[in-house]
This record gives sequence, C-alpha cells and structure tokens, in this order.
Amino acid sequence: MPTTGAAATPHATQEITTRTDTREILANAHRDTVRYGLDDYYIVDVDSHHVELDSWPDVIARIEDPVLRDTGQQMVRNWPGAERTALTTFASGMTHQDVGGRVLHQAALAEPVDETDVHRDVTLVRRAMDAMSIDIQVVFPQPMLEIGLHPNKQVAAQLLMAYNSWFTETILGADPRIKTMLGLPFDSPEATLRTIRMYADHPGVIGFLMTSQRSVGVYRNEYMPIYRELEERGMPLGFHAGPNQNDSMTSTMNRFLSAHAMSFVTCNMTHMTNWVINGIGERFPNLKVIWIESGLAWVPFMMQRLDHEYQLRQSDAPLLKKMPSDYMRDMYYTSQPLEVTDLGLLESTFRAVDAENTLLYSSDWPHWDFDVPGRIMSIPFLTEKAKRNILGENARGVFNL
Amino acid sequence: MSTIHPDAPTRHPVADSDQVTEGGRHIVDLDAFTIGLFRFKGTLYAYENVCAHQGGPVCQGRLVHRVVEMLDEAQRSTGAVFDEDELRIVCPWHGAEYSVATGMHPTQPDFSLRAFPVDEEGGTVYVTV
Repeated sequence: MPTTGAAATPHATQEITTRTDTREILANAHRDTVRYGLDDYYIVDVDSHHVELDSWPDVIARIEDPVLRDTGQQMVRNWPGAERTALTTFASGMTHQDVGGRVLHQAALAEPVDETDVHRDVTLVRRAMDAMSIDIQVVFPQPMLEIGLHPNKQVAAQLLMAYNSWFTETILGADPRIKTMLGLPFDSPEATLRTIRMYADHPGVIGFLMTSQRSVGVYRNEYMPIYRELEERGMPLGFHAGPNQNDSMTSTMNRFLSAHAMSFVTCNMTHMTNWVINGIGERFPNLKVIWIESGLAWVPFMMQRLDHEYQLRQSDAPLLKKMPSDYMRDMYYTSQPLEVTDLGLLESTFRAVDAENTLLYSSDWPHWDFDVPGRIMSIPFLTEKAKRNILGENARGVFNL
Repeated sequence: MSTIHPDAPTRHPVADSDQVTEGGRHIVDLDAFTIGLFRFKGTLYAYENVCAHQGGPVCQGRLVHRVVEMLDEAQRSTGAVFDEDELRIVCPWHGAEYSVATGMHPTQPDFSLRAFPVDEEGGTVYVTV
C-alpha cells in the first residue's frame, strides 16, 4: 500500500468548549448545506434562543414600576450572582440541560465577539443562521419562558414587559432576518392587550407567545379579547413549552431526562386540551395557533384520546362542530425535537397532523436537543414539496413573510 | 489537489506519536477529512469527525468514562460510578456517546462512527484513507 508524502495538519479546535466560536461548533452543518443544496431552500427557523440573562441589568433598568426597578437594581448591585438572576426564579444549581458538561453550547456561548456595531447576541444569532443556512430565525429568551411559574404574578408581568422593551429595542431591528413572537404577560389580560397593541406593528414581531409553563385555563372569559385582538391583527399565538421539575408529576422524578421528556409536553397537552374542548377554535376560527418545542409524538396521542372521549361525551364540549383532531389539524406545530427513533411511527404522525401543511421547522439552537435543517431533509418518506413546506414555505404563509 | 482517492486507499502520516496521548485525542485535517485520533489502553483508534446522529463534530467532544449504575444484591440502586475500563467520546452537538474502543453507540446498533485503519511506526501515526 502506498504511503503518501502529504501529511495532515492539526485541526485548529481540538475540543469544543464554552468559548468555541459558534461557526466552529456548527461547522459540520455545512456538510448538509452541500449534500442537500440547502442554499436553494427558503428556511425559517421558528424556535431558537438567546440568553437574556447575559444582559439582565439592562433588562432590570427597564422595569416600569419604580420601586420594583430599584429593588432589582439593588439586588444586582449587592447580591453575589444577582446580576444574572435578580427578581427571577432562575436556579443555576438546577441546570442539567448540558448533560453534565457534555453539551456545552447549552451551558454558554462565551466565545469572543469583535463586532461592536450591534449587540453581542445579534452576532451570535447571525453566526448560527449562517452556519445552518437559515434565512429567518425566530429568537426567544430562555428563563423568561418559565416566567409563568414565578410566584409573584405582578413581578412576573413587570419582568416580561421590561424584557420585551429591551429585546425589541436592542436585538430586533438590528438584522431583518431576526424575528420574534413576544411573550405575553398572561396573568394580566390588561397588560397582555397593552403589549399586543404596543408591539404588533414592530417589523420584527411576527406573533405573540403564551409561555406554556403556567397554571391558567386558556378558556377563561377574560382572555377572549386577547384572542380577538390577535385574530383581527392576523398575528399567530404560539404556545412555547418549557421545563418544570416541580409539578405534581415531575416532582416524583429523580432524573433530568425524565422531567424534561415529560414537562416539555404535558404543559402544551394541558393547554391544547383546554383550547380544543372549550371550542376556542370555533370562537376564533381565523386565529393561527402554533405549538412550540414539544416535538410531535404527543399530537397523535392527543388526537386519539380526545376524539375517543368526545364521541361519548359530546355534552362536555358543546361548542365543537367537528372532531377534536380536526381542530388540531387546523393548528401548526414546530418540528423540534423531532422524535425519529421509529420511522413508521413518524410517518404515521406526519400523516395524522398533515405535516406537509402544518409543520414548521425549528432548530431550538443553542439547546442540547437542537435539530439542524438536514433533519428534515433526511426524512425518507417526505416529498420535495413537503420538505420545502416544512423548512420554510409553511412559515412564510403563517407569518406572512 | 486532493490526495484522497476512494478507490486507492493510501497510508497517510497524520501525527507524531506523542501527540496522541494515552486517554487523549488529537484531531487532524487530512484533505477533506477531519479525523480524530485516540489512544486508549495503548491502542490507537481513528474516526471521522462526523456523528451518526445528526452529523456533529463528535471527535471534538468530551472524553469521559462510561457511567454505570450500581445495584446491590436486593436490586437497590447504590448510585452511579465511572467505569474506567470504557472510555467514551461524546458528540458535543447533542450528547450521543460512542465507545472509543469500538466506535459504537451503546444503545443504537445502527449508530457507529466511521473508522479508519490506524497504525504507528517510527514515532509517526499513520491513517489509511
């Protein structure tokens, strides 16, 4: 066997750490870009994240309530570590998402950033979009998605509104490819309506968000003006799932895997059930609803479960004019984390949810279970049209992009 | 000009032997390939830097021993420990783990890393691609 004289060269990055450049972490995504010709696809990523706690003192400074703002600023000034957590329930000692230091982009994107013309997070988002051939990326916060679990609902609403103010003025608008669905302070219907009216015309705001980890019934009458407002404006309402290690089910669980697998789904199962059985889809038939970051496997389960019960208990759901699963097919679902361990079940799931017309690609970058666009391209039973729809064309229609 | 010819495997010098330490890794670029070199219990291994899960840069991840859960005679869990006889390379994208010695994922039979023949001679590590 011949031995060539050409030697290899050491790879520049021997081990990926929290300080590794996003472009290096995601360099292998370029293989998919070449293999699948992704530059020829319109790709909208409907779920990704930045780390708002990196800018937390700037968010605290935007709290409307002067006394609460001062309290938060005093925390930031005086309490060790509070510059990242003041007034929140974020528990850094409970952060197991990085699998014990095995998936470090979940822990931190602490890479050097030289650009000074935009906020650091804008640069990080751009690097991820470029690496994964993404055209439009919907960017969400992280701990603020758990704001519904805050024990003080007034503080929760103030924090969310302060974050919205900071995000829309600092991140949105810096790059037209960056969009968001702004979180709504659902504990206060008045503040929620004010938020919609304040930001609906911002070019970067393409919808609004119910952060799903919260104990509210979405059927409550005081929410109807919110749904009416969104429907009239043509703005989608998203339900973004989140973790909870302390509810009645997950508090029995001793492993993060267990609590993560369950809580990211059960919160949206709860809201979906209330939404469908209370006929919200009949009341607001033109309101576009998106279920985010629960994967897809739960959807056919809920369709079968609710259809079965509705067949026998129509009087419990008198507003319905068709089967619960029909209402569920009227809604939209983001793809991540796509459960692909059984292609037969996945194909059945895609059929059940009419994925070609309802599924929206999402990466969830930079979280530990993110999906690259190649995930969709590698599904063997999808047609070319279905792939294009899921990667971007469905989102183009939902968000009027 | 490419030095890799798929139909004509060639033995390439890729590293000095002391660059691949016991229990460690050394990653090299060879033409269009990025290859992770590992040495565990005195044996060399070479894998392409592509995870079988979603294509992540597996060789650039954390090297860590397999975690095993211990049970006593009554099947009660007594906690988890590291098995120092099995070294794993963990893909930094999503956490998929592979045995350095086999290149196999522990639970997914169809997940394995692309391995290359590797040897060393005269203080140089060679990979055949």
